Amino acid sequence: MKNMNLCYLMWLRNIAALKITLLVRMAERDMAGQTLYDKLWAAHLVKERDDGTALLYIDRHLVHEVTSPQAFEGLRLAGRSPWRVTANLATPDHNVPTEAVERSGGVEAIADEVSRIQVRTLDENCNEFGITEFSINDVRQGIVHVVGPEQGATLPGMTVVCGDSHTATHGALGALAHGIGTSEVEHVLATQCLIQKKSKNMLVRVDGELGPGVTAKDVVLAIIGKIGTAGGTGYAIEFGGDVIRKLSMEGRMTICNMAIEGGARVGMVAVDDITLDYVNGRPFAPSAAEWDEAVKYWRTLHSDSDAVFDATVVLNGADILPQVTWGTSPEMVLPINGIVPSPTDYTDPAKRSGCERALEYMGLSAGQAITDIKLDRVFIGSCTNSRIEDLREAAAVVRGKKVAANVKEALVVPGSGLVKKQAEAEGLDKIFIEAGLLWREPGCSMCLAMNADKLGAGEHCASTSNRNFEGRQGFGGRTHLVSPAMAAAAAIAGHFVDVRDWI
Amino acid sequence: MKAFTVLDGIVAPMDRANVDTDMIIPKQFLKSIKRSGFGPNLFDELRYLDEGQPGKDCSKRPLNKDFPLNFPRYQGAEILLARENFGCGSSREHAPWALEDYGFSCVIAPSFADIFFNNCFKNGILPIILPAAKVAELFTAMYADEGYKLKIDLPAQTVITPAGESIPFEVDEFRKHCLVNGLDDIGLTLQDADDIRAYESKLMTKSPWLFREHIA
Ligand code: SF4
Repeated sequence: MKNMNLCYLMWLRNIAALKITLLVRMAERDMAGQTLYDKLWAAHLVKERDDGTALLYIDRHLVHEVTSPQAFEGLRLAGRSPWRVTANLATPDHNVPTEAVERSGGVEAIADEVSRIQVRTLDENCNEFGITEFSINDVRQGIVHVVGPEQGATLPGMTVVCGDSHTATHGALGALAHGIGTSEVEHVLATQCLIQKKSKNMLVRVDGELGPGVTAKDVVLAIIGKIGTAGGTGYAIEFGGDVIRKLSMEGRMTICNMAIEGGARVGMVAVDDITLDYVNGRPFAPSAAEWDEAVKYWRTLHSDSDAVFDATVVLNGADILPQVTWGTSPEMVLPINGIVPSPTDYTDPAKRSGCERALEYMGLSAGQAITDIKLDRVFIGSCTNSRIEDLREAAAVVRGKKVAANVKEALVVPGSGLVKKQAEAEGLDKIFIEAGLLWREPGCSMCLAMNADKLGAGEHCASTSNRNFEGRQGFGGRTHLVSPAMAAAAAIAGHFVDVRDWI
Repeated sequence: MKAFTVLDGIVAPMDRANVDTDMIIPKQFLKSIKRSGFGPNLFDELRYLDEGQPGKDCSKRPLNKDFPLNFPRYQGAEILLARENFGCGSSREHAPWALEDYGFSCVIAPSFADIFFNNCFKNGILPIILPAAKVAELFTAMYADEGYKLKIDLPAQTVITPAGESIPFEVDEFRKHCLVNGLDDIGLTLQDADDIRAYESKLMTKSPWLFREHIA
């Protein structure tokens, strides 16, 4: 009897212990921390549908002239009007001329007819629907992804969308930002919402410290080189680690900007003091008591320490050298001391033929040193690298030097009218002009060559933009993606050089 | 939007990986403010030997005779058979517009880029993901057989080959519902207008700074 009792007691105890373990496990799962992306997603969820899609509320919609006309046309055709007009902010950027003379005449002076029609159509649509627009010669005009953060129109904690795949740029502020297509532009205009599916979480951590002369652009190119152009497909990427934490907002924007080149629609960085210092005092940012309230919320915008990521990629900052793309995809990238690969270096047949085709298009041969690539043009600009810090970096390299004779043209195109003004106040324009570079009006310019700035067939260009696809900067043009400092050094040397030797 | 139920169409190849949207429709055509008329410039840089420009009459341009879409056997194709990561690159919706305007209603590939994949559904194009090995088989069968057709049955979620093989594919329920019924997304979302308003009023209390008017 005594024995039986003991057995029973032990049995009870075991059950209790099992129960506790189960409870702890369940609690662990429920309480497993949230990632930054989880938090932003949850905060904007209007409704979940049975099929796993969700209706996500959009706080800020940025509009430019290329992907919006058909959306406005659609609204008109369906007799719809914008859901919340003040959530929208527009500016023309993709095909505004960057030459001062043509630019000074405003919209009607744009020489290219199709560009003129698009820019004019944006003005008309914004007028008709009552949307705030920084029009062509407004000092606040610029590339949408430069203008949004600069104005405080994109803020931490927001959902930000724009009909442009580099919208992830705004994720640098701790926002959930991504590009959308034109019918989604129309959808956001009409409903202030998007139908979305949640992505998986990826953490890209860059540990340690960067060496001198190595910049945010090199970091993101190295990341893409590591994960490949499809590595982030289906993921929202959070960039973290000491290197990212130490970067300025400009640098963080450069990194988030190119999330899409790594396959991810969303790139983000957690909010910290650097974020708040950047946002404070911007025209569209909250002020006074509302600022304090906002900051309290924004301080929560980071991944919890026990958050679970579906994938984690780690890089060591000290290993990253200045990067140069040699091929026709951003993943075809090498450090400056690299050697152009040979198709036989790849076992995967798709990669091998990709390499073959890239070498042919780029006019390069296997075994050639990156530093032997001669340049015909240089482009410093684009939503990746046209902010004040980028221009300072480039100016520091070219100061007191001259552009090489074989470089036909070296363009510097500030990202916005305000960046241009700031640069001029610091005398950067003079440094560029004295070195033989051209100082232009703000816009996308040669990033995608929709305006008059483009590459000729076969020309090699050191470009601070984000895409090196065939024909991206002009029919037959050959793009090499680099940092502003590397582009500047290449302009002076006439070929790629290791900018670390220059500083 | 036109409804998509069953399609029995000629298959044409786009036999390379990572076809980006610049390749599908080069950027100079993005300047149009219309939604239609992009078909003649689909794959422009591959299809023609000269540089395409908006307004240029494509019927007078020199064709690249080596590009499959110019082969007589693929004329009238409605299904595009492609490789990995189709539609990568920029988010331009002109890419599905160009495919649709050309006459394609379906693209089959082992994988697609996210934004392009979404944009297809919004424009009445069905993107189908099949295993790479299956796609490779289809390529082989298609090359071997002039006039090769596939039957796409969206309600049944199957691709049926001329040999009678029925290959199942996945498609999101909601997307399928919209495609089959030719429903436009906005109309569907506006059925939830009350939910959106309720969310907005909560947000106004929680984050009032998002609703301040700004003077231009
Ligand atoms: S700068 Fe280039 S990538 Fe950025 S928005 Fe303009 S065209 Fe797009």
